[in-house]
Amino acid sequence: MLEILGLLADGFTVVFEPQNLMLIIGGCALGLFIGAMPGLGSVNGVAILLPLTFLVPPTGAIIFLAAIYYGAMYGGAISSIMLGIPGASTAVATTFDGRPLAKQGMADKALTGAAVASFVGGSISVVLFTFFAPPLAHIALVFGSPEEFALMMLAFATFVGLGGDDLFKTIFSIAIGLVLSAIGFDIISGEPRLVLWDITGFLHGINFLVLAIGIYGIGEMLWTVEENALGGGKSMLSDATVTVARTFANLRELVSSWKTMVMGSVLGYFVGILPAAGATPGSLMSYGIAKQMSKDPDSFGEGNLEGVVAPEAANNAASTGSMLPMLTLGIPGSPTTAILLGGMVIWGLEPGPRLFTDHSEFVWGLIASLYAANLFAVIINIAFIPVFIQILKTPFTILAPIIFILCLIGGYAPTQDMHDVWLMLVFGIVGYLMRKLDYPLAPAVLAIVLGPLAEPALRQSLIISDGSFAIFFNRTYSGPIMIAALLFLFLPVFKMAYEKIRNKVSS
Amino acid sequence: MTVRTAELLMALMMGIFSIYLMHKSVELPIGWIEDEGPGGGAWPFWLSSIMLISCIGIIYNWFRKKGPIATSTKTYIQSHVLMEVSSVALALIITVALFSFIGIYGALPLFLLFYLRVLGKHRWLLSITLATLIPIIIFYFFEITLKIILPKGITEPLFIPLYKMFF
Repeated sequence: MLEILGLLADGFTVVFEPQNLMLIIGGCALGLFIGAMPGLGSVNGVAILLPLTFLVPPTGAIIFLAAIYYGAMYGGAISSIMLGIPGASTAVATTFDGRPLAKQGMADKALTGAAVASFVGGSISVVLFTFFAPPLAHIALVFGSPEEFALMMLAFATFVGLGGDDLFKTIFSIAIGLVLSAIGFDIISGEPRLVLWDITGFLHGINFLVLAIGIYGIGEMLWTVEENALGGGKSMLSDATVTVARTFANLRELVSSWKTMVMGSVLGYFVGILPAAGATPGSLMSYGIAKQMSKDPDSFGEGNLEGVVAPEAANNAASTGSMLPMLTLGIPGSPTTAILLGGMVIWGLEPGPRLFTDHSEFVWGLIASLYAANLFAVIINIAFIPVFIQILKTPFTILAPIIFILCLIGGYAPTQDMHDVWLMLVFGIVGYLMRKLDYPLAPAVLAIVLGPLAEPALRQSLIISDGSFAIFFNRTYSGPIMIAALLFLFLPVFKMAYEKIRNKVSS
Repeated sequence: MTVRTAELLMALMMGIFSIYLMHKSVELPIGWIEDEGPGGGAWPFWLSSIMLISCIGIIYNWFRKKGPIATSTKTYIQSHVLMEVSSVALALIITVALFSFIGIYGALPLFLLFYLRVLGKHRWLLSITLATLIPIIIFYFFEITLKIILPKGITEPLFIPLYKMFF
């Protein structure tokens, strides 16, 4: 306990270095800006802006990205409330009551509520994180390749079992991500592998950023172009009156919602830890529970402040929760943390439990920066509410070309090869066409990051066991993890069988 | 084209791509090698087979008319949306093609002018101002601050004096 506090204090000395402090403030502001734009959320921001971090040392880079992540989670509420369009899927539940409040002329109340709830969610979850992470990392220190592979299987299996998308399309998405990550060289024999159409550009493999920016940058923007074309390009921006006196009155009113905030925070944190669950289901569940807890459930959906507070506390808490498996086990639970993990590999860090012992400064700098980013994000958010409303008035046709250009440069920067820019365009366009057919794409991004870690883990395990898959089941930790993975994997089959039997019985 | 038709076409295309990936994987051994474990082609081979099986599953569901996508008779991309999206996509493709010839600082202003003036219908003054300013900011930020050298094509010689100024 005391040891953890000491390490956390060390982390804060890293955070308060002037350069890192600037990165946090800049990252929060950028994240708020990206989050506030309709359609763009934390994953898009982190994917598009990761190439900007190549200059600063890893600790600065992860601090910057974590600040963007946090800022974007705050910012998502702004367009949900002001435009009625969720800034990202994580802020969908915020529209339910945020939009009605804005229509009644109380947009400032909803915005302040969202900001404060996000702050509470972030703070509670980061405290939970601080005390859960080191023991988990400690247990994970004994993990070998079979456990690593079992954990990755579990991460993919949860997408199949809990993702809620078409079964075959989810499996396809995972498999294609893993195959794309295998392109380049075979790690063990050193031979060139899967050099598609014998194009030499494939020899250096496919950087995960090429796929991530393709899907979350280009693909997402094409999707937004379509939405704008369908909606005639017009959106209804609500009016908001923001004065200092009103802000203080709003803050006082929020005190009575503390129970909802705490509930949302704790729930969001634990849902966030699960791979494939995360911020979107967390915020929806929190909204549902807040409605049940309420003395006046009928007012939900018509502008109840609790309906804004509950999902916002949960989605921020979930984004912290999803960092737990990423940092302690090296297994990201969401596309955003997958991209952060990919970034760590680029910066030369080896993800996994050893991070806590080998790069303690990095880990604790990141954790301390979560505390700081949370504080700065709430201050910037409340102080600049009028500015963010102005930003929403910027026409999409001005922002779009700028984001496209950032994507093109972001695809070029990691390898400085035009081949990758072309590949990114292909991923973007094909990804857009697939998304229109409800192919889930997040598993593919997770897979391309985990592929280079999963393959050696599998091959080393099989070498140890001389080719027997039993090794995954007869070890203390990998056995239960693998069985859990199989249960999730076959969950859709069980469900189908159950429904068939029920139908037969009822007929 | 309806969503239903698009679903079948996409599954067929991805199925063919999976077969191609399987074919490329067997260039390396996919069986067990003594003392080395599974061959280098095994991992991608079995994963591409999973891709292929998934595609067959999607097509099977298509024939059974199961699920919202396989039964949807809506238009896959409406014509006015197709116009908008494909003009953006084409503009991006042309811009990237131009990177190698007239360089990024030749291509970006053209892209910005096209997007702002033609697609966005903004005034000339605003379009020209942004089309000049944004590439300058990009040069300062990426090439000077981050030291990421972007493609210049034939405009390369023009930048030598600029580099001398900064480095």
